[in-house]
Amino acid sequence: MPNMQRINRESTPPVSAPRNTLSARPRFSRENVTKALFVVPAAVFTVLFFGYPVVKNITMSLQDYTTKTFFTGEAPWVGIKNYATIFGSNLFTPALLNTALFTLGSIAGQFVIGLALATFFKRRFPLSNFLRSMLLLPWLLPLIVGSATWRSILDQDSGILNRSLEGLGVIHDPIPWLTSPAVALSAVILVNIWVGIPFNVTIIYGGLQDIPEELYEAAALDGATGWKAFRNITWPNLRPVVSVVLVLGVVYTLKVLDIILGLTNGGPANATQTLAVRSYQESFINFQFGSGAAYSNVLILISLIFAIIYLRANRRAVDE
Amino acid sequence: MHAGLLTALGILFLAVMLFPIYWMVNASLQPSGNTLTAGFFPTNPSFDGYATAVSQQGKNLVTSLLVSTGTVLLTLAIAAPASYALAQFKFRWINAALLVILIAQMIPGIVIANALYAAYNDLGLLNSIPGLILADSTHSVPFAILILRAFMIGIPPSLVEAARVDGAGLIRAFLSIVIPISRNSLITAGLFSFLFSWSDFLFALTLTTTQAVRPVTLGIYQYLGSEISNWSAVMATAVLSSLPAIVLLLIAQKYIAAGATGGAVK
Repeated sequence: MPNMQRINRESTPPVSAPRNTLSARPRFSRENVTKALFVVPAAVFTVLFFGYPVVKNITMSLQDYTTKTFFTGEAPWVGIKNYATIFGSNLFTPALLNTALFTLGSIAGQFVIGLALATFFKRRFPLSNFLRSMLLLPWLLPLIVGSATWRSILDQDSGILNRSLEGLGVIHDPIPWLTSPAVALSAVILVNIWVGIPFNVTIIYGGLQDIPEELYEAAALDGATGWKAFRNITWPNLRPVVSVVLVLGVVYTLKVLDIILGLTNGGPANATQTLAVRSYQESFINFQFGSGAAYSNVLILISLIFAIIYLRANRRAVDE
Repeated sequence: MHAGLLTALGILFLAVMLFPIYWMVNASLQPSGNTLTAGFFPTNPSFDGYATAVSQQGKNLVTSLLVSTGTVLLTLAIAAPASYALAQFKFRWINAALLVILIAQMIPGIVIANALYAAYNDLGLLNSIPGLILADSTHSVPFAILILRAFMIGIPPSLVEAARVDGAGLIRAFLSIVIPISRNSLITAGLFSFLFSWSDFLFALTLTTTQAVRPVTLGIYQYLGSEISNWSAVMATAVLSSLPAIVLLLIAQKYIAAGATGGAVK
């Protein structure tokens, strides 16, 4: 999910000079040992719950790691066989394609609507702050709650969406939103857009707040208002925030699992399979942990590329 | 444009965005049954769905509450001292540590779940509340560190120095000076840790295998897995699972807004 990663463009106050007046302290002084104790719990946690899983996924992906392993403790090394299996699987290409479509579709929708709403809420009007913070609600709810709710809305026969569309005469036959391979991916993207809008509004709104008002005032004197002001002032000044929000959106959308499992479970007819869903199903449905790990390593590799882009974009955002 | 018109438009946008949540509440008040023939308003509200939800999911709600509370405590215990160190101590590796935290936040949960399942199986942590607390903390520890560090970086070192001059050790000074003045950011980090853990689905799904320990998110998923026979119970459970987010957004708006905009990533 567009989990929370926030950007803050304000520069941090400089950390004041070291208070250590005794410059010739030994490296392992009591003071330094105490200081190290502050980071030990976080360091241990990071190694065990982030470092170990990444390493374990790499080794698992090179092993024949199945249910049997849990009884016998044996996981024979098989080299790149798991990768050969998943790349050769007829589900790999569709899953990769769906991941790309799901990510692109979700990000495009979230961003455009998020930008529009953020621009709207930038104007001051009664209740604007209250309404904007209430907008956060879809993002704070458990994703599986969103899935359940949308399952009821999109239900083919009795869901409110089809009933309303039929009542308005827009459609004559109910649309099988989640049960037809042709539309299921679009429906899942729609729901993910709904989930991601608050995140986009919040970050873009923050970016808009940082654009100095004087720029608009000066532009207004030159006759640039409305769309012109947006194109010449808002957009160029927002660019660094935009790159951060897009790249983060990609990293978070790549790993979405709750929404797809809750809405379609990867179906119908594998129409909503993504790399994350494949990884889950190989490991926890088929108990082929080796293949599951291979899928998640592909996912990590793609995320890593975007993470690097993110770090560069973020550095630019801070510099500017 | 007239301010009143803008407010009306804002309410309209919000109404569209929140319609699914309204619909969830509306559907939860319908008489039980396997169809969704609800009208736009619950004219004859029935609480059957809630009765079923509480009897079937009550235990799971308690499990979620225990796991989420535990996650808050563990997350703050890990993140608060680390954030202070990253904000105020002069270690050479601080930038490297921040980079690790940023990257950690991007690791897909399924990667962690794959590895933890095997490890938990050996350690006997599957189907256990401590196991879920530890796993759920991966959602919140990096975020909490970033939020808390963003605040602690602004604490004047002279405050702590004054206490040190009076003879307090570093740890005592941290507990008696830094923690109290960081109260607001600790509340923000704690609230979000709670909501992340409460919302967790992936670890509930992969790290529990029996009915014994089962967070409510998984309870909802199981309703969804089969042919849905009782929509009002599903929706009532969904409403009950939404309560923490709704209540916190209403009563602790200040802290939620701070977390939504302030968890600085530098």
